[in-house]
Amino acid sequence: MTTVELENVSRWYGNVVAVNDISMTLEPGVTGLLGPNGAGKTTVLHMMAGFLSPSRGTVTVDGAPTWRNPEIYRRLGLVAEREAVHGFLTAREFVQASARMQKLPDAKAATERALQLVEMTDAADRRIETYSKGMRQRTRVAAALVHDPQVLLLDEPFNGMDPRQRMHMMSLLHDLGDRGHTILFSSHILEEVEQVSGTVQVIVAGRLAASGDYRRIRRLMTNRPHVFAVQSSDDRRLAVALIGEKSVSGVEIDNAGLTVRASDYGSFTRALPRIAIGEGIRLRKLLPSDESLESVFSYLLEA
Amino acid sequence: MSTVAWITARGLFGRRRVLLLLPLPLLLVGLAVLCRSYDVNPADWGAPVLVGLGLAVVLPVISLIVGTGVLGSEVDDGTIVHILTKPLPRRDIILAKLGIAIGVSAVTAAVPLFVAGALADSARLGLGLAVAAVVGACAYSAFFLLLSLLTRRPVLLGLVYILVWEGLLGRFVSGTRVLSIEQYVITIADKIAPTAILEAKVSLTVSVVMAVIFVLGCTLAAVDRLRSFSMAGETS
Repeated sequence: MTTVELENVSRWYGNVVAVNDISMTLEPGVTGLLGPNGAGKTTVLHMMAGFLSPSRGTVTVDGAPTWRNPEIYRRLGLVAEREAVHGFLTAREFVQASARMQKLPDAKAATERALQLVEMTDAADRRIETYSKGMRQRTRVAAALVHDPQVLLLDEPFNGMDPRQRMHMMSLLHDLGDRGHTILFSSHILEEVEQVSGTVQVIVAGRLAASGDYRRIRRLMTNRPHVFAVQSSDDRRLAVALIGEKSVSGVEIDNAGLTVRASDYGSFTRALPRIAIGEGIRLRKLLPSDESLESVFSYLLEA
Repeated sequence: MSTVAWITARGLFGRRRVLLLLPLPLLLVGLAVLCRSYDVNPADWGAPVLVGLGLAVVLPVISLIVGTGVLGSEVDDGTIVHILTKPLPRRDIILAKLGIAIGVSAVTAAVPLFVAGALADSARLGLGLAVAAVVGACAYSAFFLLLSLLTRRPVLLGLVYILVWEGLLGRFVSGTRVLSIEQYVITIADKIAPTAILEAKVSLTVSVVMAVIFVLGCTLAAVDRLRSFSMAGETS
């Protein structure tokens, strides 16, 4: 059982404090690292991966410091956010190079296993520079997984993936977590995290704002209605129809369209198209206007 | 060949940057062939072509392109992370990259210098220049490899070293020659094949000792720097 531990970790750049006194322990299973852009998620991930020294505090994997300690990469894999693939290699060459640098006894077999895990076997002999962003991302995940690391850190892993690849990656992370691996992935998209992980570490402005089971944190926010901006071919008639819907707690109308407050996100988004079709109204715009993590956190902090 | 060296070589030859290595050696050999075919007195063209172009420009510029290319371009595009997230001693990574940089620079600079030297005077001068170029390639490569870890603009700083320190200050301020790789190269070539074309301005002992210090010092500093390689988060 491998654990990653941050103890009173701070990191500053000159006068700017990027991470402020964070302590957390990652256990086996999948954990989502959440926070708005600029919150310090990447800084935390880089410190965990040994690519940044903490200004204060300690970052360890099973008790071993991650900074200036290449030996931790026997147990740890990293998929960084930045594009970092050698475009002139094929996916098979790229992953096999990782296997060789890990000094695995059977690098070829490990390569094939990793390529299969991310469903890249068919395109594995094409140069990486010809790949889509999603394919590159999966190739990087294969390279990070080739030595079957106990700890896998992923920075915004779903960026650039189409919905099917996203689902596949989510189930892959689930499986790894179920098999006892310690997985941490960062994301600023709340729904993405909801689907993959129960446990979250939430960072806001460099501080650990919430930690634990996501559903519990989510439940804390049910007293807050979800706000949607809606435009349609007949806003006034739609407003009348919507106010009769149980999941809608309020409707405002102005020149820009409707502002709808829904007490239940799922019920409302299912009901809206049904109501629109029933009334013969064409929907032109539906925008969740308070779904960003920033809004969610402001709710959390106000609570 | 280690996997790191293999990736480095593939990266170097897989980029268009490698084409930059061709014009200067071709120019050097072309000028030497031209002078020789028109029977120009080697005393007239030897120094400007062999020293002014060969040792002052071709060797350092090629070493700069290769030395900053083996690591600097990987740092720039982030692919270095692929290698650094492996349980490899940082010393092995630096040595593999330095080995490729020295090998490519030495061959690309030493061969045309040998040809030009042989055309200007004798095979012995060619050999002297080639051996000195290999020594120079070692020192330059280690220095430029370190630069690519110290700064985000290694090519610019490298050019400043070549043009300002060696080219300008080295000509007028004698004290700067002790830290000029070009001067070590000239001295070593001159000692192997003494001719009127080459004029050594530092002693052989200084040249050899300083070349060794450059190679060892820069390599050790690069290893230490790579151990502390930091990745700045774009969203941090």
